[in-house]
Amino acid sequence: MTMTTTTSQTGSASAWPAEPEPTARKRRGKKRSPYPMWFYLPAAIIYIGLFVVPTFTSFYFSLTRWTIFDSEFVGLENFQTFFSEPFLFQSLIHTLIYAAITSGLKVVLGLLIGVFLSSQIIARGYLRSVVFFPVLVSAVGVGVTFSVLMDPFDGLINKSLAVFGIEGPGWLTDPNLALYSVAFVDVWSGVGIATLIYIAGIVAIPQEYFEAAKVDGANAVKSFWNITLPLMRPATTTVIILSLIGGLRSFALIWTMTNGGPGFSSDVLASMVYKQYQAGFYGLSTAGNVVLFVLVAVIVVPLFWFLNRKEVDQ
Amino acid sequence: MTTATSTPKLNRTYKWAGGLAGIVVTTVVFIVPFIFIVLTASKTGQEASLLEFSWPTEWRFFENLVEVVQARDYILVTAFINSTILTVGSVTLMVVVSALVGYVLQRRRSRWNGLISFLVLAGLIVPPAVVPTIWVMQGLGIYKTLHGLILIEVAFGMAFCILMFRAFVATIPRELDEAAIMDGAGPIRLFFKVIFPLLRSVIVTVVVVQSVFVFNDFQNPLYFLPGDKGATVQTTLYAFQGQFSTSWNLLFMDILLITLPMLLMYIFFNRQIVAGMTSGAVKG
Repeated sequence: MTMTTTTSQTGSASAWPAEPEPTARKRRGKKRSPYPMWFYLPAAIIYIGLFVVPTFTSFYFSLTRWTIFDSEFVGLENFQTFFSEPFLFQSLIHTLIYAAITSGLKVVLGLLIGVFLSSQIIARGYLRSVVFFPVLVSAVGVGVTFSVLMDPFDGLINKSLAVFGIEGPGWLTDPNLALYSVAFVDVWSGVGIATLIYIAGIVAIPQEYFEAAKVDGANAVKSFWNITLPLMRPATTTVIILSLIGGLRSFALIWTMTNGGPGFSSDVLASMVYKQYQAGFYGLSTAGNVVLFVLVAVIVVPLFWFLNRKEVDQ
Repeated sequence: MTTATSTPKLNRTYKWAGGLAGIVVTTVVFIVPFIFIVLTASKTGQEASLLEFSWPTEWRFFENLVEVVQARDYILVTAFINSTILTVGSVTLMVVVSALVGYVLQRRRSRWNGLISFLVLAGLIVPPAVVPTIWVMQGLGIYKTLHGLILIEVAFGMAFCILMFRAFVATIPRELDEAAIMDGAGPIRLFFKVIFPLLRSVIVTVVVVQSVFVFNDFQNPLYFLPGDKGATVQTTLYAFQGQFSTSWNLLFMDILLITLPMLLMYIFFNRQIVAGMTSGAVKG
């Protein structure tokens, strides 16, 4: 593997003196570019070897029955299995639901908390740090903590609800609810980033806009609707794309909280890939990876292009 | 900020009422889970198993600390050593190789720029293919090794770093390069003596943010460094979850221990963490 990457790199390195750049005339020493192409080399070797090559070969291996040592070409069999077995196909639907809920809630809550935490209130700095800190706690730590808090009988959440006479559901034991509970915890731990991105955007709005609006008789709600919201488009773009990428790939939190269960009710693509890998179905596992790749590409790339273009139009 | 300032009295009411409401809500939503972790970590095993949010009747904080460190033949010590080597090694390597790329990518126009920028963006978006990566690592003889995992973290974290460095290099005037070249500096001296020192503030940001990511990473150690010898703090916590299902006090002590480095990091590098994570680097 290293051999192929090295040769392709030296290929590109020897190509540079030929390019139409006046400083790059091949007169030894003096006229060489001060920004040599070989600066790319260390990064390129690691990146191509451990990221680009696996990504490209995954397309081939997803079409095989594979035991790491030898692979047998079986055509689209793995994908056929994936789309015909409900418990495998469901993971695709769950991934979409999970990504939509987490990024939607992060946008809405992030914006609301962001506006609130940039208004004139006491203890603003403290509140900002408190909202942000969960971002730094590992997904495993958050997952273990919340699987205890969400215990159907002794968990703190249901006991608190009982005080108000509400019988709390089995957050993680009810198959209809487990996926949503995990998504909720994901929002709990990740809303801090969205909030800070919005705060950075709000702080950058010139005060004159609000003053001018006030002179024109706009109230707080109106100036939020007509000034803050439209100017938050770049921040919203960033939040949506970041949380979609995170949500579609999400693994650690789901794995520590439910293991994809009960049954397969909270399995997402990333956890299905891991389960099939554990079971030794490497071809099927890789097919799951390819589906995830296509899903991310189909959703994120057009969105990226569309949202960034809208911004330029304004 | 967005509220009307027409009536100063109303404004003062909002300032206090809003702040207090915020404190109450964040305490319930965000602080209570952390207090719960600390309280449970201080209880006896029996009391912790009740999962109650209550003051420990008997404080066993240090006993639990000792017990969790000694558990399974001091595996937590191994895990902390491994995680430290992993974090320091991969972040150092990541910073150096990505700074080189970000710098040349910003400074030099060549026909490769488009392709390289595309690959960097792809690195941010594309989910890595797991089993083929294991296959490649086995071929190279680095599967189930710590240096193999370090290279994996470098490969997956590089894209973010390159974008940060490219954006920052754009703010360094080219005249500086030209002056250094006039003085006879070669490419290596130009980069390491002139440019690299100027990158200090962005390097701090990148180091802090990537340290958090690598230290908290669970998925990559799980796939690429399985087994007790390669335990990291996150995989150890996951393994404890299965084994200590009756000793919640020890489990929560472990959570406390592995969250502490992040808390210290946040106290000392608050500004850099916030700057790095909100930079909106995806926009390239």
